Amino acid sequence: MKQGDVPQNNSKTLSGQKKALYVQDSDGRYITELSSGWDVEEVVLNQAIERFLLREKEAINRAEKGLTSPLECHMYQRRMDVTVLSQSTGFFKCQIRRHFNPVRFERLSERKLTRYADALGISVDALKQLPSPCKDNV
Amino acid sequence: MSEIDFEHRQTAHCESGTMAALLRHGGLDISEPMVFGLSGALTYACIPLLKIGGMPLLAYRMPPGKVIKGLASRLSISMKVERYNKPEIGMRALDNYLNAGRPVGLQASVYWLPYFPKDMRFHFNAHNLVAYGYEGGKEEGKDYGKEEGKDYLISDPTLLEPVVADASSLKRARFVKGVLAPKGMLYFPESIPENVDIETSARKAIKTTTRMMLKTPLSFVGIKGIRHVARKLERIGNDSKREEFGKLFIGHMVRMQEEIGTGGAGFRFLYASFLQECGERVSNNKLLEASVMFTDAGDEWRRFALMIAKMLKGRAALDFNKLSGQLIRISEMEEQAYRFLQKAI
Repeated sequence: MKQGDVPQNNSKTLSGQKKALYVQDSDGRYITELSSGWDVEEVVLNQAIERFLLREKEAINRAEKGLTSPLECHMYQRRMDVTVLSQSTGFFKCQIRRHFNPVRFERLSERKLTRYADALGISVDALKQLPSPCKDNV
Repeated sequence: MSEIDFEHRQTAHCESGTMAALLRHGGLDISEPMVFGLSGALTYACIPLLKIGGMPLLAYRMPPGKVIKGLASRLSISMKVERYNKPEIGMRALDNYLNAGRPVGLQASVYWLPYFPKDMRFHFNAHNLVAYGYEGGKEEGKDYGKEEGKDYLISDPTLLEPVVADASSLKRARFVKGVLAPKGMLYFPESIPENVDIETSARKAIKTTTRMMLKTPLSFVGIKGIRHVARKLERIGNDSKREEFGKLFIGHMVRMQEEIGTGGAGFRFLYASFLQECGERVSNNKLLEASVMFTDAGDEWRRFALMIAKMLKGRAALDFNKLSGQLIRISEMEEQAYRFLQKAI
């Protein structure tokens, strides 16, 4: 890639950050040039983020109907899936899926709830509530 | 408060950038492409059995840690690498090194680092950064290691400026569990040899990389790996039921190629820069030619990403066979480049 071809698309997702790219100057020498973002990356990044937002919204809808526990909603909000949550809590995936059952979730011991809360970086009280949708409040 | 005089420089990739910065601080000034190339970290692999978010693992470089270890063994640098079971002990060890005036490299999870823009945060546990000081927090007596109000000074090589991370977030990011769990990994070069023979090391490193890309006897690694993915795309194209998966998969491919701090085109531009630097050092025109070949291959990778973005946006028809064809083209260009490199050194 030539220096003049470095995309400068001011991507929203970079929030003002820039990325260093290795490109050739007019003499063909390699230099680093900062890019304010590339629309191509924006497209695929949004694809990934929207997938999480959609899953979270669906989970919240189901939770409101009593079909799943707040745990599933918090999981998607933290951009995790069952695999990642399983790895970061030490629970088996099938255990976690069982805990998506609202009745079972209600009966969880404080210790298990704490394990989830720690991995998700929220308090136990917050874990029992539904997250406010589409907000990432780290 | 403890602050070490440390030069922040933005680089493309976190691990090679961290290593380059630590070595520069230790008196060995080599560029990021040099670090990356010498460590032999360039690769291509698609491992269907390892899944990230339901997608096969795609790698354009060797697994995390390879840059650190590969470079250290290539240049006979002795690295101090420590991991901790208990977060408190790991944080205290960090403080001790900083108090002693030593900047250290840390492995951490991108998601829990507070200074990252929200949209860039994903659960990737093998990010690298340099801590070079802290401010706030009591240092003496019982309150030693107190977290509240304590901020660490961080030089994250993928960002424009130095940043800060509060103690509890940094602790979480260093001790997150899961795949590639950092376990509080902390590292720095303990001793750097006086004379480093870059020329010989580069020759060996290039040999390792070409051999790995051309001769690994696994169908999903190296040049064969690129063709493997090309065939996979073709199969997806022939099966209309897999269209949704296909869309996610090609999006995932571009993210792995461009987004994860690769310096563009899945490290191919970084490698071309390395070859150029080597070629100039040893005045070997063949290496300069090889550098051009890698640049061309990198440009084709970028074109591949552009095709995908257009298809996903609906500005071009979704055509997996076209993508597959582009990958085959790339694999041929790369194969030529590696074969040429083999003869050039």
